[in-house]
Amino acid sequence: MRSDAVLNEAVRGPSGPRKHRMLPSWVATTALLLPTYAWLTLAVLLPLLTMFVFSFMSATPMGKAPITFTLKHYRAFIDQPYLLNIGWTSLVIGFWTTLLCAIFGFLAAVALARATVGRMRETLLILILLPFWTNGLVRVFSWTMVLRENGFLDNVLHMVSADTGSISFLYTRYAIVLGLVHGYLPYMILTCYIALVTIDDAIIEAAASLGARWWTILFRILIPMAAPGLISGAVLTFVPVIGSFMEPRILGGKVGVTMGTVIEDQFTQAFNWPLGAALSFTLLAVVLAIFATFSGVLRRGAAA
Amino acid sequence: MTNVKVDTVAKTYGSTKVLTDISTEFVEGSFTSLLGPSGSGKTTLLRIIAGFIKPDEGVVMIGNNDVTNIPVWGRNIGMMFQSYALFPHMTIAQNVAFGLERRGIKGAAARKEVDRALEMVRLPGFADRMPKQLSGGQQQRVALARAMVIKPSVLLLDEPLSALDRRLRQEMQVELLRIQRESGLTTIFVTHDQEEALTLADTVAILDKGRIVQTGKPATVYERPTTRFAAEFLGDSNFLEGKVEGGAVRLASGTVVRTASTLPANGSDVTLAVRPEKMTISSGGSHANRLEARITTVIYAGPVLSYLLETPDGMAVKLFAQNKDGVVLKQGDTISLDWSPEHTIAVAS
Ligand SMILES: Nc1ncnc2c1ncn2[C@@H]1O[C@H](COP(=O)(O)OP(=O)(O)OP(=O)(O)O)[C@@H](O)[C@H]1O
Ligand SMILES: [Mg+2]
Repeated sequence: MRSDAVLNEAVRGPSGPRKHRMLPSWVATTALLLPTYAWLTLAVLLPLLTMFVFSFMSATPMGKAPITFTLKHYRAFIDQPYLLNIGWTSLVIGFWTTLLCAIFGFLAAVALARATVGRMRETLLILILLPFWTNGLVRVFSWTMVLRENGFLDNVLHMVSADTGSISFLYTRYAIVLGLVHGYLPYMILTCYIALVTIDDAIIEAAASLGARWWTILFRILIPMAAPGLISGAVLTFVPVIGSFMEPRILGGKVGVTMGTVIEDQFTQAFNWPLGAALSFTLLAVVLAIFATFSGVLRRGAAA
Repeated sequence: MTNVKVDTVAKTYGSTKVLTDISTEFVEGSFTSLLGPSGSGKTTLLRIIAGFIKPDEGVVMIGNNDVTNIPVWGRNIGMMFQSYALFPHMTIAQNVAFGLERRGIKGAAARKEVDRALEMVRLPGFADRMPKQLSGGQQQRVALARAMVIKPSVLLLDEPLSALDRRLRQEMQVELLRIQRESGLTTIFVTHDQEEALTLADTVAILDKGRIVQTGKPATVYERPTTRFAAEFLGDSNFLEGKVEGGAVRLASGTVVRTASTLPANGSDVTLAVRPEKMTISSGGSHANRLEARITTVIYAGPVLSYLLETPDGMAVKLFAQNKDGVVLKQGDTISLDWSPEHTIAVAS
């Protein structure tokens, strides 16, 4: 700031009339936004662009094979129809994970925002964020300890009734969803919590005074008013979940073949980066299409 | 349209007694102001009646029903909040219809009730707007319509007008009074503002430190305060302290003051309260009580002049006079004050 002023002084001379706006406003705006755009370019646009370019290459550019332009990777879903099944599996896992996160996350956020005050609230928030801070791999492997045959879950069951069989459901889709819900629940709780704490107590009291019981307050007041938090939580959960590969691999075993693991395989096992990139972009397109439909429905619902 | 009765209600938070032995009745169709300093327990009492807080002891009756153990949603109360508390995601019509829906009134029947309620608060044609599109005063009217449309047994208001500016506030006072009179709804109104309390209410209840110290018609509470606190909190008062002597009171200065109040036995200490506007600058009339005092300050307030005076023995006295001839008396003048025994009230200290 100071050096600017000095510079301008020098250019205009000390006797010149002091003008407060020395630069056109768009210059200042651009200057202020530059770091943001620079960061976005570096962190988002460049990697995406690189991957986008890769997705049209005939082979991974590090190999010896000559590189040519091709669209064949985008035909993967047509050429290899089993991918459709895998894609569907991913969407189903994403749907259930998001739904369960939304239900439990919202209720937890309500309890946190409405039923607690002061220190208790802070402590609970930290407890909720704990899975966030633990290493994801450790988190997922600890679930295998719980869920495997003769694991923690079975042990607890056998303590209650000794002669029942195993209820182990490791290496099923339920295990995948469980692991994913555990991992992504904090996002949902946080976004819902932020939306819920801004609701004035008087609004809830007004509803109660008009005869509303807790479920009416939940469905008619809290959920609609905290909808932005629910929606951003759903986006923050759904998108990474359908691309996830760690949980499906470790908790799903043989049934854990999802878009996430297929894409990961292209990069780490098959060394087919272009196909991996093309599959990623196809997935991205599907996700965007789902959100576009969804937000269209929401908007029409709000307008009606 | 029901009596509301509170019987020996007490509430303690931790070690602070917020309400102590509150027993009072809000008569059917009455408009009661709960008045008291900050922290005296007004909101707590109102919320106990509403059902948001459970009293530690005592009973709350609405009509013939003991509602002490009935939660808010089962009490059929109308409630208005300082922050309006409209549902921001619903239209005005949906806001007003919310309570009707809870009572199973839907569709055309609900629509008719909503329209009637909005007409009552003079906001017809606002049904399809969102709360955000309304001014503060309009939002508070919607809140009133929403509370009234369910035909509550009692209307509870906690400083509902204090977020509004002075003009809007007065406008809403008139509106509230009209609607209350028309509906005949038992209304309990918490306020800090004594003028509001006196002009709106037909009953005033004064709270101090969790106790109701006096209840009555505004004029009675104002003209006949029973305690020093009531005399001081509601309006202004001069306090004269002395000893009872032969049916009158002898002050420390030796001046004898007569009062129409019943006095305790000879020799007891008493406090007398006299409103500053009841004193007149002596015209040689036949008022029975008289004091000599020197003017220390003249405060010019337009229609009213306030004189701060001091008697020869150092007692401070305040006097309000109508501004008939402008400022003729000035600081340092010694005048004599007259007032009637009728306006000399013995109060408990
Ligand atoms: N939940 C609570 N926990 C502890 N103390 C409380 C609680 N609610 C109220 N109090 C205390 O009870 C007393 C009375 O509070 P209340 O809100 O009823 O006062 P009020 O007369 O409405 O005051 P104001 O005019 O400032 O609104 C206060 O001293 C307050 O600190
Ligand atoms: Mg209060």
